[in-house]
Amino acid sequence: MLRETVLLAFREIRRNVLRSSLTILGIVIGVAAVITMVTLGGGATAQVASDIAKLGTNLLQVRPGQARRGHSGTRSTGDMFKEDDAEAIAREISGLAAVAPTASQTTQAIFGNKNWSTAATGSTNSYLRVRDWPLENGRQFTSGELRAGKAVCILGATVRKELFGGQNPIGATIRLGKLSCQVIGVLESKGQSSFGTDRDDFVLIPLRTLHRRITGNTDVSRIYVSAQDGVSTKKVEQDVERLMRERRHIASGKEDDFHVRDMQELVSTMTGTTRVLTGLLGAVAAVSLLVGGIGIMNIMLVSVTERTREIGIRLAVGALERDVLMQFLVEAVVLSSFGGLIGIVLGVAAAAVGARLLAVPFIFDPGIVVIAFVFSAAVGVIFGYFPARQAGQMDPIEALRHE
Amino acid sequence: MNTTPSEQISKSPLIELKGVAKVYGKGRAAMHALRGIDLRIDHGEFVAVMGPSGSGKSTCMNILGCLDTPSAGAYLFDGVDAGELSRDQRALLRRNYLGFVFQGFNLLNRTSALENVELPLIYRGTPTGERRACALRALEAVGLKGWETHTPGELSGGQQQRVAIARAIVTNPKVLLADEPTGNLDSACSREIMEVLAAFNSERGITIALVTHDADMAAYAKRIIRFLDGIIDSEEQNGGTP
Ligand SMILES: Nc1ncnc2c1ncn2[C@@H]1O[C@H](COP(=O)(O)OP(=O)(O)O)[C@@H](O)[C@H]1O
Ligand SMILES: [Mg+2]
Repeated sequence: MLRETVLLAFREIRRNVLRSSLTILGIVIGVAAVITMVTLGGGATAQVASDIAKLGTNLLQVRPGQARRGHSGTRSTGDMFKEDDAEAIAREISGLAAVAPTASQTTQAIFGNKNWSTAATGSTNSYLRVRDWPLENGRQFTSGELRAGKAVCILGATVRKELFGGQNPIGATIRLGKLSCQVIGVLESKGQSSFGTDRDDFVLIPLRTLHRRITGNTDVSRIYVSAQDGVSTKKVEQDVERLMRERRHIASGKEDDFHVRDMQELVSTMTGTTRVLTGLLGAVAAVSLLVGGIGIMNIMLVSVTERTREIGIRLAVGALERDVLMQFLVEAVVLSSFGGLIGIVLGVAAAAVGARLLAVPFIFDPGIVVIAFVFSAAVGVIFGYFPARQAGQMDPIEALRHE
Repeated sequence: MNTTPSEQISKSPLIELKGVAKVYGKGRAAMHALRGIDLRIDHGEFVAVMGPSGSGKSTCMNILGCLDTPSAGAYLFDGVDAGELSRDQRALLRRNYLGFVFQGFNLLNRTSALENVELPLIYRGTPTGERRACALRALEAVGLKGWETHTPGELSGGQQQRVAIARAIVTNPKVLLADEPTGNLDSACSREIMEVLAAFNSERGITIALVTHDADMAAYAKRIIRFLDGIIDSEEQNGGTP
């Protein structure tokens, strides 16, 4: 009996191909939209998470100013750090792998007739260690260069490309503003961050060189602290906070005028944001699924009216109310699930293309495919039920008399 | 004459109407289609119902066919009070014991003759192979061998009505109810249809109640009942040969 009902549904659908296609269009678009949005959103979330993980999850950033609530920026209301703040952290807190004080200044990098506006970042070799950033070429700073504030520099991949093109920059002398500076190394490329900034666009020089020859002060705007493997970043964070409060003479009860940021925290904030966005887009797409369901209901109502006589005949030869109800319900479910299947295929294809265009990873999630399919079938049941019940409850005599 | 086991045991008529009335609408607008019908039809009978248009013949047939229920009075089908049955139980009665033939054929369009005849068997849950075999036999019995794949649109009126008859008898019903089955057909076709019906009555013992306006068609029946304004005006026995 069920077999006959399903066959009959397929036959009815085939009889009116154009109408059936238009009927399921809403479901197709809805399912495709949900799959595309959720898949792309999932890819973006994974991308953000892996980008931040590349920074090292046992990495802490200490910055002056208070943290803005729920956001990654800081308010610059605190005094800048000095180099000895970083030294104190390295000296007094246990379980650390490296501490890198940094400061930065926008400058013109000039080589020959090439000119490139970039950031001159002053730090130590620890910077390369905390950021886990290998050299592609050349060498790190020597301790002598660091102590004396020598005019040497390591180029980010972008700066190297802009100034030197394909040439080997090692040993060449470039100018950073007024400072003539010898290139001793080139960093590997890290590419774009998920926030859209070019991480390779800077020149690394010894912190003292930056202080003495470029900024003219001794400010440290950021201290990177990386914990040893197996050491809790939470504990390190607390230790750093306690030490800095002490060094900055903050009375108990007063708020910090600096902020220690945990990368793990950043991961969850950022992925949380993209997840909420994905959810919203998915919800918008789901609304179109509902609209598709209403389309199915509309056409099924028309179909029931058109086939009143047929319903009368079926009832007269002994069909029960539920036989007729099932016939129309199955038809609605077959229609909507078929729309769901097409929508899944289109949605996965669109997500694959979209992922390539947006340069996010394409992560195929079988879960969402199953959910989308079940959902589209459910739409058929929910929106097909009312017309199907109407069909089943028809009065046989009236139905037979219907023209 | 053919007898069935229930007749031998109960001696009750197959169909019994006791004071059946049917009122459409309410109050001043009430339309009294039937005003107290008492009628007995025994197993194996062939009854013709005649009467002017609007006299309540179709209303009565619908009640006999369990498509409709009386407003008053009782309808006993093989001893069972059909008025007590639920909608689904009446559908089961139609499915298992009743066959219908209508003036307008009421076949499914765009569906082959064979599948039209198979329809009642689908609801009975008959397996596909057996269903097909039964339907082929029924079509052969009404003289439509070779027309199985034709849709109603490709058949003449007489052939369509034969398909409808095949559909009605494919389940071996106890009663075949025909409401002006020849109303849309010319007299030659009508005779052929009546021959087919008379054959089912005499050969298979299927009880037949048939509405007609045509005395020539009524002559095939063994009893003629005349309706007038919702009551039975007269009854007469007939030779059963036109
Ligand atoms: N569904 C209905 N609603 C109201 N009146 C009806 C309905 N069906 C039949 N009637 C009325 O009942 C009377 C008997 O109708 P019917 O049984 O069809 O007569 P016949 O078949 O003898 O021509 C007619 O006057 C008809 O108008
Ligand atoms: Mg009539």
